[in-house]
Amino acid sequence: MQKRIYGIETEYGIIFTPEGRKTLPVEKAIRFLFEKLITTEHFLNVFLENGARFYQDTGCHPEYATPECAAPGQLVIYDKAGERILEDLQIYAEEKIREERIPGKLSIFKNNTDFVGNSYGCHENYLVDRDVDFYYLAEQLIPFLVTRQIYTGAGKVFQTQDGIHYCVSQRAQHIYQKISGTTTNDRSIINTRDEPHADREKYRRLHVIVGDSNMSEYTNFIKVGTCSVVLQMIEDNYINKDFTLRNPVKAIKDITYDASCKRKIRLDNGREYSPIEIQREYCEMAQKYIEQYPVTDDHKKAVIMWQYVLDCLDTDPNKLDRQIDWIIKRKLIQSWVDRHKTDWSDPRVLMLDLQYHDIRRERSLYYLLERKGAVERLFTDEEVDAAKSTPPQDTRARMRGEFIKLARENSIQYDLDWSNIRLGNLLNVRVICNNPFETDTEKVAELVRTIQKTNLRKTSLSKLVIQS
Amino acid sequence: MATFIRDPKTLGTHRQVDAQADPMPFYLAAGEQKQKNKGGGGDDGDGEKGEGGQKLAEKGDELKEEMDELLDEIDNVLEENAEEFVKNYVQRGGE
Repeated sequence: MQKRIYGIETEYGIIFTPEGRKTLPVEKAIRFLFEKLITTEHFLNVFLENGARFYQDTGCHPEYATPECAAPGQLVIYDKAGERILEDLQIYAEEKIREERIPGKLSIFKNNTDFVGNSYGCHENYLVDRDVDFYYLAEQLIPFLVTRQIYTGAGKVFQTQDGIHYCVSQRAQHIYQKISGTTTNDRSIINTRDEPHADREKYRRLHVIVGDSNMSEYTNFIKVGTCSVVLQMIEDNYINKDFTLRNPVKAIKDITYDASCKRKIRLDNGREYSPIEIQREYCEMAQKYIEQYPVTDDHKKAVIMWQYVLDCLDTDPNKLDRQIDWIIKRKLIQSWVDRHKTDWSDPRVLMLDLQYHDIRRERSLYYLLERKGAVERLFTDEEVDAAKSTPPQDTRARMRGEFIKLARENSIQYDLDWSNIRLGNLLNVRVICNNPFETDTEKVAELVRTIQKTNLRKTSLSKLVIQS
Repeated sequence: MATFIRDPKTLGTHRQVDAQADPMPFYLAAGEQKQKNKGGGGDDGDGEKGEGGQKLAEKGDELKEEMDELLDEIDNVLEENAEEFVKNYVQRGGE
């Protein structure tokens, strides 16, 4: 598929740190995040003006799902916009909590683990053609997904019995299966959840749950861009080599422990390759593929970056200390450790790791580097800010976003999911949009006009009330 | 300024700092830097002596200053009760 829908769901870590004796359990703290949002939808589950969804997920994590995006670059912008939206909500929530006379700090982290073994995910979604055999697709994709962490990992300071170890990926240790149907226990590389939110005859959803949440725009872009190219190659039957791993779950853990990225892992056919070598094979195929097949500009960019990143990993990974999350963070911590003449077992090192991922920019170490120009950006603040309130113009999200604006302006009662809009006092008017590429906003505007004409009693959109 | 976190010790083995100033798309910039690395490989060793060496040393001092400044700022924002904070940071498993 050349035209594809992309989406990322990010679960955030959240903690309230009281400054006095009074504290707030996280189940209550998280509710304050929703207080600024105005909607008639269910509490703790809201669609936003940019077409994204924001809700409370399993384990009391705030979760942001990007709107349907039509390109990897666009997706990275909307994922970043989610951080900004959450930052706004967090600042507002912190004030509100203070007004309740519970002084303290509400912190939100875009990472995937705490330090005692709990994990929360970052799920990539790719719309794929129903005609392609899913298990074939998954098997072909798994060796790629297992080894890609060398340039998509967000890095993690890991405490073991033997001391501190710096891992490439946040998520890798929490993967126990190749393919499975659950996401909370027995987490897998690929999840079989098949909710395309589109015509089921034509499409299915590929739900990749092995990835790390990325702070770096560069890392995030290359993560989605390369995966998307590989996906397209599989769909076109272009991959003519077999990288089936003997034990992908073991391999993913071995790779995350090996910051050299050069330790060999065993293939099913008995041969041994390093993750860099396997990635190089995919990358070389992709280079030929983009010469022969029609691909988007984002795909071409991704392949150029891919080769550059692999070259650096091969010769000197530290060259990527502006581009790749796990290397940026490692460099940051190492410099700090050197400065303080301490070592990695210093308890503050874990805090450095965590605070890299803080979404509040004034507290975040990633954003400190960004302000200093010490990380490479692909997009501008203007682009990210615009994406907070404007939906992508080339997917169904445009209709949803426009609708939400109109419904609010006209005080119309509504309820939404990805492919349905329900409106009117009884929510008895329903619009179904099964085509995620549909952008006909006039249809939506007409509907709103119809509702106005039928003279339905206007309901006022009441602000949500927090129950404490 | 593009060089805050670069370690002076390894300056020169990395891509040229000036490459950052080139107004070119990010994806081309990556390829360009690579070429410069390859082409500039010989310069690194020569840089130890003569005028080039001095420039390199000056650049190194400058980088060290920038690095110190950055590290100061990290210490300013780093959570004060780091150990306690990390201990309390226990999340429920998500998806």
